[in-house]
Amino acid sequence: MEKRVTFKGWLLPLILLTPQIIVSAVFFFYPAGQAVWQSLFIPDPFGLRSQFVGLGNFEYLLGDPYYRASFVTTAIFSILVTVVSMGMALWLALLADRLIKGSGVYRTLLIWPYAVAPAVAGVLWLFMFNTRVGVVSWYLGLLGYDWNHVLNGSEAMGLVVVASSWGRISYNFLFFLAGLQAIPRSVIEAAAIDGAHFWTRFRTIVFPLLSPTTFFLLVVNVVYAFFETFGVIHTITGGGPQQSTTILVYKVFSDGFVGQDLGSSAAQSVILLFVVGILTVVQFKFIERRVHY
Amino acid sequence: MATIKLDNIHKSFGKTKVIHGVSIDVKEGEFIVIVGPSGCGKSTLLRMVAGLETVSEGEIRIDDRRVNEAEPMDRDIAMVFQNYALYPHMSVFDNMAYGLKIARLPRAEIEDRVATAAKMLQLEPYLARKPRELSGGQRQRVAMGRAIVRKPAAFLFDEPLSNLDAKLRVQMRLEIKALQKELGITSLYVTHDQIEAMTLADRMIVMNAGRADQIGAPLEVYANPQTAFVAGFIGSPATNFLPGADLGVQAQSLAVRPEHMELAAPGKGRIDATLTFAEALGAETLLHFRLASGDVVTTRQDGTAPVPAPGSTAGLNWSEDHQILFDGNGMRLPAG
Repeated sequence: MEKRVTFKGWLLPLILLTPQIIVSAVFFFYPAGQAVWQSLFIPDPFGLRSQFVGLGNFEYLLGDPYYRASFVTTAIFSILVTVVSMGMALWLALLADRLIKGSGVYRTLLIWPYAVAPAVAGVLWLFMFNTRVGVVSWYLGLLGYDWNHVLNGSEAMGLVVVASSWGRISYNFLFFLAGLQAIPRSVIEAAAIDGAHFWTRFRTIVFPLLSPTTFFLLVVNVVYAFFETFGVIHTITGGGPQQSTTILVYKVFSDGFVGQDLGSSAAQSVILLFVVGILTVVQFKFIERRVHY
Repeated sequence: MATIKLDNIHKSFGKTKVIHGVSIDVKEGEFIVIVGPSGCGKSTLLRMVAGLETVSEGEIRIDDRRVNEAEPMDRDIAMVFQNYALYPHMSVFDNMAYGLKIARLPRAEIEDRVATAAKMLQLEPYLARKPRELSGGQRQRVAMGRAIVRKPAAFLFDEPLSNLDAKLRVQMRLEIKALQKELGITSLYVTHDQIEAMTLADRMIVMNAGRADQIGAPLEVYANPQTAFVAGFIGSPATNFLPGADLGVQAQSLAVRPEHMELAAPGKGRIDATLTFAEALGAETLLHFRLASGDVVTTRQDGTAPVPAPGSTAGLNWSEDHQILFDGNGMRLPAG
């Protein structure tokens, strides 16, 4: 039964809600409103005056090949980050779930990367792959491979994907492990007695029973790849080479703060706001009917 | 159908020994019930036969083939779990057909076998449903159906009725018995419920702290318990243990079942006792007495027999044929 607290007047609930409302208003509604407002103007070259252009910024953006290319880059980047981080996490979780001795140590070590801030993770990977002093690129050189993510767009993309996925594996691992441990042992044993070997069990029993976790992580990881990988990209590639790693969020920054085109930057933010909205709706729709088997 | 042979089975988890040597020869088609209190190792024993636990020492043979090292799937057994262990994302049909699909049986044969089992278990209307849409008893039947369709050499039951309510448990007990007789498949059945053991078993293994205290037909075990533990565990209400010294016998304790106790006038019985309270159950009445030594004794009499007043003293009497003597280690002593 649902317990509801009822208030007699309006005053107390209002006082209790005020802090949250103020925080939301100052840090969310006001800047969001400002972004919408700014997206309707273009500033002059000196930043002294702005001119109202209606939806001109949006029109220009949607016709801009660089912006459309950034959409494609973002899609590739998000898919790769999601697949790599979830795939690795699931594999590690399967191994950890089978572990009996020392599982505590194993789990703790696997969770640590999550505590590393994206920008720091970016620098770590950058050092390893640095074209001149990086350990990994040096070994690759010995093998006859000339690693240079500063010039090669695919290598740059590969590096930011790996760096962004790394910390994320920990997060996904936790959820997958919890999901695996929620599957009753006897169901797995019943399948084993029914004749299913490890991979058959995984395909027909474990993976279907994990699907609520998998779907949840899918949404969360896409959101992460879209919006929270700025630090990684900024430290490793700065969006280059030739915009090959400029995802939408990074373009908001580089057009607005580097290029000083605040109107276009604001319009891009508004577009991203819609993307967030859509992803949130998908997530909520899903959470409502979490258990679908 | 198959024989199962357990030869001096031991099991340790790390340094903890949980089973200390259990042996039994199970004949083809026999229904064996392994009964004992929680933690006596009965489920572990069954799981070793299933291949879900390794055998620390000893040998398990199914149909005279050593299976110690065989995977569960290579032992030709089917198991019914306490929590049913149905695949929650599959329909009843798919649950039952799962093992057959993995064995790559032809589609027609799978459908035929599932249909036969569903008919036998009255599950026909539910084949398209998911387990969560079924009642506890129906889920239990699906678990049974999943075992039956594979036509295994042996059934293993791990407390299959524990999660059902009392009424359904009685009904399912009868169904399991009837089904096993009809199919004639060798079965091992683990339970902590001595009534299930008495009613289902051809022979039962009474386990106590990792040892098989006694193996035998239910009535044989009931009438001739070989240890004090077996005498106390089998039968409800439990056997009375009286101090041997007070009755002038050369034994630590003397066991008499409640139904073998008779009331006599004070001083006229073998021992005097004070009635603490009486439980009238309708068909029968249970009288709880306290002896001078502090031991509690229960007697059982017909529901129509007169009941003494609580607090009154009565003599207790029994035939010497019905008393069993145990030594200080709980082992049975010869009569006399």
